[in-house]
Amino acid sequence: MTDTALLDENPSTTANGTGRRVPYRVFTDPEYHAREQEKIFQGETWSFVALEAEVPEAGDFKSTFIGETPVIVTRAADGAVHVVVNRCAHRGALVCRELRGNRPNLECVYHQWAYDLAGNLIGVPFRRGLKGQGGMPGDFDMKQHGLKQLRVGIVGGLVFASFSQSVVPLNDFLGPLVVEHIKRIMHKPIKVLGDQRQYVHGNWKLYAENTRDPYHASLLHLFHNTFGLYRSTQTGKSLMDSEKRHSLLYSIAASNDDAADKQAYGDSRTFDTEFKLQDMSLLKGRQEFDDGITLVILAVFPNLVLQQIQNTLAVRQIVPKGQEAFELVWTHFGYADDDAEMQAIRRKQTNLIGPAGLISMEDGEAVEIVQNAIVGEQQATSFIAMGGGRAEDADHLVTEGAIVGFWDNYEKLVGFGTSQ
Amino acid sequence: MLLDTPSRYELQQLTSELNALYAELIDDDRLEEWPELFVSDCVYTVISRENFERNLDSAAIYCDSRGMLVDRIVSLRKANIFPVHAYRHILGPTRMVSTTGALAKTQTNYAVLMTRTDGHTTIYNSGKYIDEIDLSGERPLFRSKIAVFDTNLIDTMMVRPI
Repeated sequence: MTDTALLDENPSTTANGTGRRVPYRVFTDPEYHAREQEKIFQGETWSFVALEAEVPEAGDFKSTFIGETPVIVTRAADGAVHVVVNRCAHRGALVCRELRGNRPNLECVYHQWAYDLAGNLIGVPFRRGLKGQGGMPGDFDMKQHGLKQLRVGIVGGLVFASFSQSVVPLNDFLGPLVVEHIKRIMHKPIKVLGDQRQYVHGNWKLYAENTRDPYHASLLHLFHNTFGLYRSTQTGKSLMDSEKRHSLLYSIAASNDDAADKQAYGDSRTFDTEFKLQDMSLLKGRQEFDDGITLVILAVFPNLVLQQIQNTLAVRQIVPKGQEAFELVWTHFGYADDDAEMQAIRRKQTNLIGPAGLISMEDGEAVEIVQNAIVGEQQATSFIAMGGGRAEDADHLVTEGAIVGFWDNYEKLVGFGTSQ
Repeated sequence: MLLDTPSRYELQQLTSELNALYAELIDDDRLEEWPELFVSDCVYTVISRENFERNLDSAAIYCDSRGMLVDRIVSLRKANIFPVHAYRHILGPTRMVSTTGALAKTQTNYAVLMTRTDGHTTIYNSGKYIDEIDLSGERPLFRSKIAVFDTNLIDTMMVRPI
């Protein structure tokens, strides 16, 4: 940050030709990272924190993060879901040190301050002192010293939380398109199948771009092409909410599919290539949705991807770890009423997705090769123009419009200029 | 059958050697030979301890035939894009858990070190193998191999078998 005049210039208006330019410093500079924590993750947004199905019973809790801030998701005795900051109101220790569990209340191990599942302080050891000595001051008010309680919103069993008291209601933040597609997948009770955790050595926003980018799908991910698996779902759409925060990428299987083939091989067909899958059962699936959609990547600003890829269903939560890394938590799920065959299908198709996913593992590498190439870069920018370079919907997949939408929102919340 | 009435010592020797060869084929990048250590209707699973101990299915890798193992390797060679790296397996002793007929159940601790092209070596994955080894043929073969990993963050991606 040496040349303020240059850096303060809005890069989106300095383009040579039509397109969005994003300065690479937003992926490497700690100043942006700090501002994102304040303006995005603790600002006027809702962050995904859990599936309701992860905390089904009273007393269940899950610890996770919003941005880099540790939070706890709990289910109270009355059935309500609460989200609190995982930091003791006393001297700041983590209250909850496990990934998940069940407890009647939350207790800090340091000095055993105890909180109910909504985060209200209910116990302070030696509050009145011992034998007339010590103790908290007379004006100590338990009500003023609870865990920080966040606003909670739930749509289709997806739990979101916000630090902001002024943020628009969750449904308005998501918009009708996103709500519709959350409810499409979450249309009946789900069953959690497990988590996969991936550590990517790159800035979290590179993954936000990646999941709004239909352009790369058939170019980076070569599994289908290599094995001569023709995908009838290569046509699709790229849509956004009215604010262009969120991105829906989806594709539909061709309507002339033979029903028996569909039963056997999902939406895949083979054509002659050098390589054949020895075991085609990997692609055996079932049509689960009447609309014929076989692929949905719903990227919800700022930290969630809800996905359906064939018969795999999952949420992916993005957890930044400094400006140069993030953790990606995949929580796979099926439906509570899945029969044995459907359970077997989902188990096998999990091979396709996640950190070891045959059709998706490249995304981690894609993020890292960008991060490695932009080290220390202050002036240079990317150039995002496929499909027109504006945050516009498309009824095809040769577009980067939803990436532009992400950056338009980023600019509004964080800005591209530097303060120094 | 390899031996008529193998002693416990002989069984442990056979199963240890199988695991050593398994590691060697992966570490020396002889991946095309790796599926040959499994019976044709094998099960190979790489799963986090977090999921395994909750009895949850979701695995990083789940193959229920030797063909699927071959497909993984062809995909690695021809389709998948990943950072250039090499593995080095460090295996603990193989412990015989039980034997039933020609099927031996064993357990072996492992650590997989990963070295990328920048020369840095990191602990990529550590955990234990829970194996079922078929001793009915001319050489021992894995009927089932479950790699349960403690390393709860997969570094970038997982393309090579564990």
